[in-house]
Amino acid sequence: MTQYLLSVHGNEEEYAAVPEDQWPEMFAAVERFNEQLRTDGVWVFAGGLEGAETATVVDAQGDTPVFTDGPYLETKEHVGGFWVIEVPDLDAALRYATAGSKACQGKVEVRPFQAEPPAEA
Amino acid sequence: MTDDPRAAVERIFRDEYGRLIASLVRRFGDIDIAEDAAGEALVAALEKWPRDGVPPNPGAWLTTTAGNRAIDRLRREKLRDGKHQAAIMIEDDTPHEPTGVIEDDRLRLIFTCCHPSLAPEARIALTLRLLGGLTVAEIASAFLVQETTMAQRITRAKAKIKGANIPYRVPETEDLPARVGTVLAVLLLIFNEGYLSSGDGEPVRAELTGEAIRLARTLHELLPADLEATGLLAMLLLTEARRSVRVRAGELVPLDEQDRGGWDRRLIAEGHALVRACLAANRPGRYQILAAVNAVHTDAPTAAATDWSQVVALYDQLARLDASPIVALNRAVAVAELDGPEVALAIVERLPLDGYHAWHATRAELLRRLGRSADARAQYDAALAVCDNVAERAYLTRRRGQLASA
Repeated sequence: MTQYLLSVHGNEEEYAAVPEDQWPEMFAAVERFNEQLRTDGVWVFAGGLEGAETATVVDAQGDTPVFTDGPYLETKEHVGGFWVIEVPDLDAALRYATAGSKACQGKVEVRPFQAEPPAEA
Repeated sequence: MTDDPRAAVERIFRDEYGRLIASLVRRFGDIDIAEDAAGEALVAALEKWPRDGVPPNPGAWLTTTAGNRAIDRLRREKLRDGKHQAAIMIEDDTPHEPTGVIEDDRLRLIFTCCHPSLAPEARIALTLRLLGGLTVAEIASAFLVQETTMAQRITRAKAKIKGANIPYRVPETEDLPARVGTVLAVLLLIFNEGYLSSGDGEPVRAELTGEAIRLARTLHELLPADLEATGLLAMLLLTEARRSVRVRAGELVPLDEQDRGGWDRRLIAEGHALVRACLAANRPGRYQILAAVNAVHTDAPTAAATDWSQVVALYDQLARLDASPIVALNRAVAVAELDGPEVALAIVERLPLDGYHAWHATRAELLRRLGRSADARAQYDAALAVCDNVAERAYLTRRRGQLASA
């Protein structure tokens, strides 16, 4: 089994442009998808994020930590939410990502988690 | 064994390579282990076969030898590192989950190599390396890239297969048609690169067309009920049949000027039989229709005897499945023969294919036939500016030279 991060990448301006009366339908579709993940036993964790303007970057590599306002990358597209699922292989992950992309009406990046190092015998 | 025993061993090894690697990957779940073990088996064969003779079943011998070498290696690693994974690979002999469609190691592996999550050029390289048994140097030279670049491309793709856990199995039935489509597209790209090679080297690379056909044949054997796989094989055979007379003195020879006596009748007969099988099933798809177009051409004893109305009808059918401008362009070439160059030119000029060499070359040819030399010249120039096949450039240059001066 492999865990995958399914992250939703989108343009926040475009998201904001979706008329409010269409929101409930999208939320309901995402909720149905979440329910499917739980029923199938592949759910690990999921969440939606506040807008990228609420982000703060911390760099504590030097002597004093530096806090900077805003997201790490200056781009139009940011991660808006994500799921973590545990499935047998990439084919299964891509199938869930397909359903997730339809539900949230956005592009979904599928990325595997590193395998945990085997426990020392 | 004959004159060169080493070459004979290497030829057998290459013929068996796809099967060997596929079975080792299935057993050990790791491409690198499979490749190393196969390499060791080759060394053993080169040592033993010239001395003792080729075993009755060389493929089985290679598989057993390579399997033993892999287990030896995993045991050594297990002793040295206490590796958990190594222990699993040696001891776990639970049967693999059924695929539901068909059990063949090569079929599993080709779906891995052509996985849609890999970059298209990586799919081609991996397929040629693991299933075709071509060396990295051979693949690099066929695609005119540095060997180190090609090695990196393959290494990166193998790392993604491992890291992202791309499975070694035939896709679920619901995903199968789309995934077979990806495999067929890879085989066609391999064939096309051989048939109309880019760069300044050989205009045709028979090793690539031959390998694409070999793999298409394997796929057809493994998925006999898949009509599109049948169609692709037929299309490749009927195109390959014309290969030897397609280039003369370094210049491309168009279909209507080819010496039809030089076409390979055996390949044509095989291709026609496959097309008939597709027609009988009557579930047309893209590759089946393209194969049927090639069947019409290879059926005509002379260019003038070509059944152009049939060709147009087939492209009409294809256009309903795939409304791409390239299909419309190919259809227009047949329309020119049926309804004349003026009708065809009107269709061609509407297509958004600026910068595509075949579009400019087709316009040039139609304009030439209409006596519009200056316009034709401009289109030959545009085609030459973007055409990257040496033999086609030579042909276009000659055609341009034959235009009446404006």
